[in-house]
Amino acid sequence: MSSLGITIPIALFMGLLSLAAFFWALRSDQFEDLDGAANRILLDDDEAI
Amino acid sequence: MATVPAIDPKTIETVLIVPAMHCAGCMAKVERGLAGVSGVASARVNLSARQVRIAHDPALLAVDLVEALDCLGFSSQPRGDQFAPAVSAVRPLLPALAVAGFAAMNVMLLSVGIWSGADGATRELFHWISALIGVPAIAFSGRPFFVSAWSALRRGRTNMDVPISIGVVLATGLSLYETAIGGHVAWFDGTLMLLLFLLAGRTLDAAMRDRARAGVDALVRQAATGAMIVGKQGELAWVPANALLPGMTMRVAAGERLAADGAIVRGSSRFDRSLLTGESAPILVGEGGLVHAGTLNLEAPVDVAVSAAGGDSALAEIARLMEAAGQARSTYVRIADRASRYYAPAVHTLAFASFVGWMIAGAGLHQSLVIAIAVLIITCPCALGLAVPVAQVIASGALMRVGVMVKDGSGIERLAKIDRALLDKTGTLTLGRPVPDAAALAALPDEVASVALALASHSRHPLSRALAAALSAAGHRAAVLDDVRETPGQGVAARWQGLQVALRRPDAGAGMATALDITGQPVRLIAFADRLRPDTLPALAELAALGIEASIISGDSGTAVAEVARATNLFGQSSASPTDKVEAIATRQRGGHKVLMVGDGLNDGPALAAAHASIAPGTASDVGRQAADIVFLGDSLIAVPRAVRAARRTMRIVRQNFALAIGYNALAVPLAVMGFITPLLAAVAMSTSSLIVIGNSLRLVRAAR
Repeated sequence: MSSLGITIPIALFMGLLSLAAFFWALRSDQFEDLDGAANRILLDDDEAI
Repeated sequence: MATVPAIDPKTIETVLIVPAMHCAGCMAKVERGLAGVSGVASARVNLSARQVRIAHDPALLAVDLVEALDCLGFSSQPRGDQFAPAVSAVRPLLPALAVAGFAAMNVMLLSVGIWSGADGATRELFHWISALIGVPAIAFSGRPFFVSAWSALRRGRTNMDVPISIGVVLATGLSLYETAIGGHVAWFDGTLMLLLFLLAGRTLDAAMRDRARAGVDALVRQAATGAMIVGKQGELAWVPANALLPGMTMRVAAGERLAADGAIVRGSSRFDRSLLTGESAPILVGEGGLVHAGTLNLEAPVDVAVSAAGGDSALAEIARLMEAAGQARSTYVRIADRASRYYAPAVHTLAFASFVGWMIAGAGLHQSLVIAIAVLIITCPCALGLAVPVAQVIASGALMRVGVMVKDGSGIERLAKIDRALLDKTGTLTLGRPVPDAAALAALPDEVASVALALASHSRHPLSRALAAALSAAGHRAAVLDDVRETPGQGVAARWQGLQVALRRPDAGAGMATALDITGQPVRLIAFADRLRPDTLPALAELAALGIEASIISGDSGTAVAEVARATNLFGQSSASPTDKVEAIATRQRGGHKVLMVGDGLNDGPALAAAHASIAPGTASDVGRQAADIVFLGDSLIAVPRAVRAARRTMRIVRQNFALAIGYNALAVPLAVMGFITPLLAAVAMSTSSLIVIGNSLRLVRAAR
């Protein structure tokens, strides 16, 4: 049973971490342009701008 | 590109709408092209909204940026206030959904431990941890429901959110009590999962509305949202439409739309009034003649003294008519709300009755409460809440892939019921723009065609543009010309291989035409006419097969309507004013019919707002697009029967979903009333019914085919 004392906090911590990551992404406008994000990976960065 | 450089405090921001951007290539062209313009600090495209946000030197005007984009091959216009991004409906729901998802998963894990036999201190510990996660999460994620339920209750009404809120609050309270006294069951898992599913349904519904609105806003065509104003000393300045004042003089170039009503003070030209009145033949207006906002200047630049702008113009009159016409439709009640009107009281009564029943049977306050909550949770409209939005989102996604944009879910519901269709002529049954006579073009020798294309490409006149588009589409290449001159109102002239060539207005003749003049060769006349949209006849045949009786209603003259009526084999009403159109719809609706209006012009606006459902082509006026429930892209009219068929299929699936959800309740509720439902059973039953509803709705993926 003592294993629970370690695993449950770890699980909760990791869950909260991903929740925080999602909120950070939401705050920094990463869901503003989903179509654009999908297409941007096709752009060649090598071309001179 | 990913990191945004520190924004220079000396730059200002301009947002341009670029409707034609649709792929990675366009995005790169626009961003890199703008970055190359001197004075531009940065440019970033938002592809979903079809906009580009440019940080630039204040000395650089929006007009310059539009020009720069024009050179890149993209037409654009500054975003007016009316196109500022509407408040997203999804955004406030996302945090709630994320928290509910996180909490539901973790609590469910602990619950699995309890169900598989955790006992004594372990169970108590698990319950406490669940409470620790669950209570704040429920308070946070449940807010959209609590707020809506509270505002309904305060006005003495009830809605779907009332039973949800009561169920959630009671279940949470009882679970806390159970946890505190070290009881056997807690409902945190079921409550959180309920919130998760319901929020998912809400988010989908909101996402559909957001996406459709972004699509419609992106469709802005080059309607004049301002005018070039000539000052007293002859200085030119661009003034936005809402800042135009009577007495100003605006210079309207050929191919531009008027931003305000007025009288011509210099020059004369032909004007296309089809957007305003439905009349297809352009009219000649000379000095002193009156011209209206929304009409298109076809021939030569003119100076117009503004007589009425904004709220006083002919446009505003149509807007007032529309407002009055739209009131009938606002009484439409969506199917989910109609269902909840019966559902909510039934659920409350049932839960209360089982509480009273068990009290009378002598079960004790605590057990009776547990059973009543089980009834509330098991009947909570999880599947019902998903039944409508999931089906509508999937159907509208399928429609969007074929270029039909649904502005909101109630449009699908209303479209499914129609049995009469009224179609506007100019711009709806026809393309609403001049198309060169195909036979005349085919008769041109290759060399001559390439000269014509070269000449046409040098002019922004609507006829030239139409000619250039048709010739390029036919695979011709532009010839090399020297010494190109454009004379406004006359045409384009140039030298080609030593010969004088010109594309000019014909010497005589009333119809729309252009004359191609090459020295030493007879003058060739190319006639232009408005043509029926492609697939018009198959589309009308399909409407008839769907049991929808179609007819034409147009503001155009009798002969023009009769011609189209003959070609399409429909009954037609001509010379209809906007009020006549609304009246025609009202007459049919009083007869018990549900009318679909398909139209594009400003004059169709009131009719689009008054009809049970309405569809507008993507080339429609702003007013038309805003009033319509559904906007289709591309030229083909086949989109109309396609949308109707998809709407009917969607509503069939929605009814099946309701049957499934209610059927599940009919099975589960007796068990809950008898007190046999455990938290495990509730959780399993709830997810299965939701998954079945989602699975059934997924069959709509191919609904638009």
